This record gives sequence, structure tokens and C-alpha cells, in this order.
Amino acid sequence: MDRPPEIQPTVARGSEHDPDAAISIHDLTVAYDRRPVLWDVDLDVPTGCLAAIVGPNGAGKSTLIKACLDLLPRVSGDVRMFGSPWRSVRSRVAYVPQRETVDWDFPVSALDVVAMGTYGRLGWLRPVGKAQKQAAMHALDRVGLSDYAARQISQLSGGQQQRVFLARALVQEADLYLMDEPFASVDAATEQAIVEVLRDLRSSGATLVVVHHDLQTVAEYFEHIILLNMRVVASGAMDETLTADNLRATYGGRLTLLEQAATALGRLSKDR
Amino acid sequence: MTLDYDGWIILIGVLVAACCAIPGSWLVVRGMGMMGDAISHAVLPGIAIGFLVSGTRSGGWMFLGAAISGVLAAVMTQIVHRWGRVDRGAAMGLVFTAFFSLGLLLIVQTADTVDLDPNCVLYGAIELAPLDTISLAGLDVPRIVMPLAIVLLANVGLTLLLFKELLATAFDPGLATAQGFDARWLHYGLMVLTAATCVACFEAVGSIITVALLVAPPAAALMLTRRMRWVIVLATALGGLAAVLGHFSALTVPGWILGGGLDTSSAGMMAVASLVIFLFMATFAPGRGVLARRWVSRRDAMRVAVEDALGLLFRLEERAVMLDRVEVEGLLQSDVRIGGRLGTVLTQIRRGSLAEVDNGAWKLTESGRTAARSLVRAHRLWETYLAGRASIPSSHLHAAAERLEHVTDPTLAEQLRTEVGDASDDPHGRPIPPG
Repeated sequence: MDRPPEIQPTVARGSEHDPDAAISIHDLTVAYDRRPVLWDVDLDVPTGCLAAIVGPNGAGKSTLIKACLDLLPRVSGDVRMFGSPWRSVRSRVAYVPQRETVDWDFPVSALDVVAMGTYGRLGWLRPVGKAQKQAAMHALDRVGLSDYAARQISQLSGGQQQRVFLARALVQEADLYLMDEPFASVDAATEQAIVEVLRDLRSSGATLVVVHHDLQTVAEYFEHIILLNMRVVASGAMDETLTADNLRATYGGRLTLLEQAATALGRLSKDR
Repeated sequence: MTLDYDGWIILIGVLVAACCAIPGSWLVVRGMGMMGDAISHAVLPGIAIGFLVSGTRSGGWMFLGAAISGVLAAVMTQIVHRWGRVDRGAAMGLVFTAFFSLGLLLIVQTADTVDLDPNCVLYGAIELAPLDTISLAGLDVPRIVMPLAIVLLANVGLTLLLFKELLATAFDPGLATAQGFDARWLHYGLMVLTAATCVACFEAVGSIITVALLVAPPAAALMLTRRMRWVIVLATALGGLAAVLGHFSALTVPGWILGGGLDTSSAGMMAVASLVIFLFMATFAPGRGVLARRWVSRRDAMRVAVEDALGLLFRLEERAVMLDRVEVEGLLQSDVRIGGRLGTVLTQIRRGSLAEVDNGAWKLTESGRTAARSLVRAHRLWETYLAGRASIPSSHLHAAAERLEHVTDPTLAEQLRTEVGDASDDPHGRPIPPG
């Protein structure tokens, strides 16, 4: 497949993983029912940066995160985090799924949900103790929800639920945070509170990779950008990468042809 | 300690209910209540084959066979769902009926050689259970108590041991899997536990009634609490209550209806009792029950109606319109949110001394006027705000403000006051009262 001339990725295609990268993806392809969603993704996110994944609906943003965490099967590809396979650095990575993926009527309190962030470090069979509960309380306090600890989660507003998810990630004390649309349907105050927390994490040395849907704020909130539409259109520092050409290549007409081809390919394999 | 016949039946019933409540709670909060139904039917071929192999109703073979066919049914449901492109419910319906009929076939075909009765499989034989005893530490104990006790211990032990893993995979399988707790393994583990529970229970109450005890007590418990550990505890207690009530009503209810000394199936009545308990909780539970919710919405509607009435009195007073009592009540009656409630609204207003009839006309009291003023203030602030900020056409302002005024607390009113700047009148030229 020839790359259209105006698409100039700032990260060179290479066969080597960058050992300094927080996350380094090589040749990743993911398909749903043989319909490719991500094609040949090569990506390095430097350690200690605040990175946004941006792209149109169906571009594979969530898929990229899930595939990195082995939550979706890969057709091909290799993912390294801090130079190691994901399974061996599991405890250094925190994941914030989309808010709609869980049942908010589930019988747990806000504190229970946040405490779930500690489960990974606890490992199998060890119950939640005082230390974990304290850590969870502290995290709730950091997102401004300490008064809501005992609330059943369905009694929280959408923005509060999103902050509970953020607190659950905080409590994991990770080095790499993968967040799927933490700003989806939250009010302006919550959005500011979340941005503050992200910046705090960033200044304490963590790397954050965040799926973001708002092009208006992306340059303000983030310093690194990954433009995605079924493959990485461009990735790099915000100033150099967020260009009109790259945006056109991500959201414009040319790539919908690729999408059509993928749909056709999916149909073809199904008929066979 | 020895128990009489009824005592043993109740004990067996309580054991069955407690066994079912634990996996049942996890299934229900996962939105997989139907899976309990599917598994309880799908274990049948496993039970039949285990029985054929060992030739006895006790022993591990039946449990092994049931666990295998239960998990197989769960796996096949997943396969049919994914590959057959049918929804999960339909996939379950396909798989568990197939398994169940296979099991029935096996039992009927071998009925000559083995002592396993299809009716007994469906409805259980709790009345016969106390008669089939074994000697345990010098006591005559019904044989069925042993497997039930073992499964109960296993259910309690595993839930205590794996509470956090089960909770995490049930609430957020994605995160749990990313943390190293593979949601699929816990899913199939829960299926094994459910299958083992079904085998232990089916002999006492049959496969159909097991479903009721898996689903109804946890569903009732969820009406009372929103914490998982209490859901399990309460589901166990309510299941036990259903067993006790079920047995006693089996002894007495046919007597009321038929007037004879007949009694009816205890197992059947246990299922009925668990349903009655669920319906009771769904109706009367504080907070979540139908009545509680209706009461809250009725109370809200009353508050809105009273506030509307006060607002009307305030506006009349403001424009110095003098109307007599009958005219004012006529006006109130025509307000859609007061309407038929007028009598109750006036009673509440009088009882709260918000307004009184003076000289044949309704007059606001001081406290009524204060309440009405802050309501009208909220209304006019909203109109001003919406006209300026949201560019809502002025013909629509009133309806929007009419809703918002009832949910505006003083803090919000102050924020609105700041937002609308130094406006002193609303868009219709009416003065905004001071706070």
C-alpha cells in the first residue's frame, strides 16, 4: 500500500522497538470478524509525556488501547511497555475504560470501585485491607469526591462517575496510564479537575496516553498527539504534528476510501 | 439432637436455598440470571451419564458429569452466540433445551436399569429425602444433607476467598483482565459452581425450582441493599425464609382452599414463597420499591403544586388584584399541576400557615410570602438567564422557568443572580424580587 505523499509520520517506521519509549508498538493489526480496524500500526510514545489519541469515530482509538492490553486478539504485531512485554510490567500500567462499559447500577459504593484499583497489586486471594481502603480514600480526595465515598455508584452524576474511574486509576500508582475518553460527557468543572490531575501525574513522571475527542482543547491539554484513522497518520510533538495537512489526512476523504475497502474486505472474507 | 420429619425437610430446604443464594447473587448482578436457568437444565445429561457410570446417586461421578456438561453448555452458548450470530438469550435457549432433552432421553432410555425418575429430576422429592438416611457419627441423617453441606461449604469458602476477584470481573471485566484476573476463567469457574449447586439441589427440589431459588432471593435482596456482600447475606437469609415459609404453607394452604387434610409439594411452595418474597420486596422495599418510588414522586408533585399555588397568590398580590376566595380557588384549579389536588394543596397551605382566608379572601402569611418570593425570584432569574444565554424565544421562557424554579436552591439562585448581572426586571418587564 502506497502512502499518500502528504502524510509524513514523524516517527520513522523501524523494526526495532525504542527502549526509552513508555509504549512501543510495532506492526499491530487488529480485526473484528476479519474486518480490519487497525492496520500496521507503528507507534512510540516517549516516557513522561501527556499524549492524546485523536481520530474520527471508528478510527480504532479504543481498539488500539484494548489491543495493547491484550483485551482484544491481535492479527499481528508486538507491543512493548518500558521495553518489556505488557504482562511483565502489568503493575506499572493503569487502564481507564470508557464509562459506558460498566453497569453503574452494580451494587458497589464509590469507595469499592476505587479500591478495585489496588486489586492488581494485591494479586490473587489477598483481601482488601485497611491500607488499600486508605489509599482509595486518598485517591477519592484527590478527585474531590471524599464526601461521596459511601454512595452507591448509580447515585453519582456522570462527571462524578468519571472522576471515580480516574481515582481508581490514581490508586494504581502506575507509570503508564491508558485512558479511554475520560472527558466524555462531563461538565466543564469536571473537565478542568481531570486535566489538573493528569498534569499532576505528568509532573510526577508518569506517561499518559488519553483517547480524546475534542480537537478544540487537544492542543491546550496535551503535548504529544497521535492522529489515528485505522493506522497512525502522524504522531509526535503537538506543535509539529497538529497540522492542517495531518488533520485532513486523518479526518478527510482519502481515508474513508480505506475504510470502504476494509468493509468490502470484511464482506469478502465472510462470503468465502 | 434429632430432628423430626418436618424439621429435616425444613433443614434441607434451608440448605438448598443457602446453596443457591451464593452463585445466584453473582449471576443476578452480572445480569446472567438466565444462565442459572440454562445451567440447571444443562446439567441433566451429565447427571444421567454420571449415574449410568457409577450406578449410584451419591458420589463424585454425578458432580463431575454435571460440572462438565454445565461448563460445556456455557461454552456452547458462547459459540452459538458468536458464530451463529444470534443473541445470547436465544443461544442459551437453543443450547440448554438441547442438553435438557438429551438428559431426559438418557434417563427415560435407561429407566429399566437405573433408578432415576424423570419426575423426580424435574420436581425433586424433598418429601422422601428424610426417609433415605445414612448413619453419620451415630446419627441418622438424610443422605442428601451431606452433598448439600459440602456444596454450601464450597460456595461460602470460594466466595470468601475470591470475593474481590468475583467483584472485579463482574463489575469491570476489562480492567480486571488487564490487572491479571482473567474474566473468562472466573466466568467459567462460576459456571462450575452453579452446576455443582444444581446437582446438589436437584435431588431435593428438582431442576425447575432450583432456578427460582437461584434468582428470586438475590433479586429480592437487591431491592434492600446496594452493597454486594449484603446482597449475598440477605439473599441467603431470604432464601432460608422462603424454605421455611414454603414448607409450612405446603402443609396448610391446601387445607384453607380444599378444606381437607391434604398437603402439597413443599418444593413447589418454596419456589412460590421465594416469588412472594420478591414481589413483597419489589413493592414495599424502602427506596427501591414501587410504593417508595411512587410516594417520592407524589410528594414531589405535592410540593410543586403547593409552590405553584403560593406563586400565584404572590403574583396576584404583586399586581394588587383583589379576588375573592372562590375566584382564587377557581384560578388554582385551572393550574394543570394543581388541578385535582386542590383540596390537599389548600389543606397543606393552611397547615403550614403559608396562607390563610381573611375576610373571604386568600392572603399570604409572612412565611408564605417569603417562600413565594424566593420561588418567583428563581422563576424570573431563570427567564432572564435563559433569554440572555440560551437565546430561547420568549414564548418558551415561561414553561422552562416554571420547571426550573422548583429545583433551584438558594446557592443556585445566587449563581444565577451573578450570571444575569445587574438586570432588575425579567424579559416580560416584571421585577426580580431581592433574595
